[in-house]
Amino acid sequence: MEIKDSLLYTPSHEWLKKENGSGIVGITDYAQNQLGDIVFIEMPEVGKTYAKGESFGSIESVKAVSDLYAPVDFEVVQVNDTLSSSPELVNKDPYGQGWMLKIKIKDDSQVNQLLKSEDYKKSISS
Amino acid sequence: MPGNKQMNKFIFDFNEKSEDYVTPVKTGIIRPNHMVRQQPLGLPQVSEVSLVRHFTNLSRKNFGVDNGFYPLGSCTMKYNPKINEKIASLKDFTEPHPLMDEDLIQGHLEMLYEMEQFLKEISGMAGITFQPSAGAHGEITGIILIKAFHNHHKDIDRKKIIVPDSSHGTNPATASIAGFEVVEIKSNPEGLVDLTELEKVLDDQVAALMLTNPNTLGLFEKHILKISKMVHDVGGLLYYDGANLNPLFGRVKIADMGFDVVHFNLHKSFSTPHGGGGPGAGPVGVNKKIMSFLPVPLIKKKDDRYTFDYNVRHSIGKMRSFYGNFNVILKSYFYILSLGLEGLRSVSEKAILNANYLKNQLSRLLELPYKNHCMHEFVLSGKTLNQWGLHTIDLAKRLIDYGYHPPTVYFPLIVDEAIMIEPTETESKETLDTFARDLERILKEAKSDPDKLKKAPHSTPVGRLDEVTAARQPIVTYDEYKDQLRTSNLEPRT
Repeated sequence: MEIKDSLLYTPSHEWLKKENGSGIVGITDYAQNQLGDIVFIEMPEVGKTYAKGESFGSIESVKAVSDLYAPVDFEVVQVNDTLSSSPELVNKDPYGQGWMLKIKIKDDSQVNQLLKSEDYKKSISS
Repeated sequence: MPGNKQMNKFIFDFNEKSEDYVTPVKTGIIRPNHMVRQQPLGLPQVSEVSLVRHFTNLSRKNFGVDNGFYPLGSCTMKYNPKINEKIASLKDFTEPHPLMDEDLIQGHLEMLYEMEQFLKEISGMAGITFQPSAGAHGEITGIILIKAFHNHHKDIDRKKIIVPDSSHGTNPATASIAGFEVVEIKSNPEGLVDLTELEKVLDDQVAALMLTNPNTLGLFEKHILKISKMVHDVGGLLYYDGANLNPLFGRVKIADMGFDVVHFNLHKSFSTPHGGGGPGAGPVGVNKKIMSFLPVPLIKKKDDRYTFDYNVRHSIGKMRSFYGNFNVILKSYFYILSLGLEGLRSVSEKAILNANYLKNQLSRLLELPYKNHCMHEFVLSGKTLNQWGLHTIDLAKRLIDYGYHPPTVYFPLIVDEAIMIEPTETESKETLDTFARDLERILKEAKSDPDKLKKAPHSTPVGRLDEVTAARQPIVTYDEYKDQLRTSNLEPRT
């Protein structure tokens, strides 16, 4: 199970890559493995804003449908459109081609509240 | 001629020209010439005997509760007594038209009226509508009633509906469709509603809490009175998802637990065929404060005469045409009549006993994450299969080879590799023991020959289905299938 040291995590299995005031969001390798083969992803529209913990979309696998939760308060800047035709990219490459959103982070202080890779590792092994 | 292990060809693929064979009896009606169709209709060209064989062979590939054990959790696949079918097929019930005059259908109205009294007695509710066609339709009816209630009291800021994380998927779906925001709360380590988590989300924006009790883990929410008080204290209502009603007959009334609205799944709890075997029926019961919002018409009795009552003060209108799935209601009515109060009590007692007996047998083989006594169903985890590179789905598919309908899998979502089993009251101890023995055999195979499970089922016309491609690129029409044949190397059916 791959957990990247350079990323920040939520207990609900989203990752955030921080680049200045913006960020990239996706779901973790653990999450895609738990979900199994992903068949559909519902993404938000560019420009919409979400509060930390709010559902910004949903992801459907052959086993289940799950909500995707905002790791911090953000505005959607760009959506990975390839996922609508190739949702399997989230299974194949969750930290790369399977990225979901580029975002503008609204409140930098929330970034510090996210889990570091070590803590996320602990949270999924408990 | 396809055997049980082969696919049938499609009915449209027959090309049997009628001049080539003898049709034993020709039937038809005489139409005026100008009404006779000039162009052929494009119907399948098939002889009577081929048609009969086609459908008979298809039916032999079907699996229903009449073929074998069907422990599909949360679905209550109990045996459907044949006498119900016999009664429901009497022409007195199949021939009347819904637009017939009240005077000509007094007996039918009497049945609906009495069924209403039965459901009121069982649930403790004050009023019933029979309109909803099935469970999810009942849910949306119930939530629309709750919305109407709040709107009527000018309480228009109530936009949230709370559901536990173990709830049936239809609960959040219903709330969403009705325009509410869904708030999910985590269960506690016992698998029950966590009162602290509930407390956190309760405020004056809560329209309702949707709950099934026993919950989807088969566990009784023992703090239900406290829960209902907490929700009512902030002005919210309680919705009861009736999918899990089977263990409560004659023991717990839904109204006594504090619920305001409930839907019944007649096709589950009251033994009518479902899951492809027939339509459902999802009547909704409400307490006094919601009575005046029910859909129209209701059935009224005055002296010895029954009438349709369209005079419901704040009615939400109609949820479907006419009066609900009449024949389904009729079968359930007969089921209740034939069992009586004592019979219904023993239904619940045996449903609980069977589930606990099987749970104890199977917990020796698979992990049981929530160990309390269960009600009518229980949830195991297939995690132990992981050591052989296998998953719950592989076990489920292998059960098909042993002549079982697989249990519900991967639900509820809070159990990893979940397997949800509901044996129902109609199964004998012998059936349960055989099932446990077969499951034990499958687990031995899992260890010695994991591929046997990985590639299961082996006894069916098609083996392991490709669920992923089916979901990503579904072929849902005959024309699409034909296109696919032309462009790929798919084998045509013969």
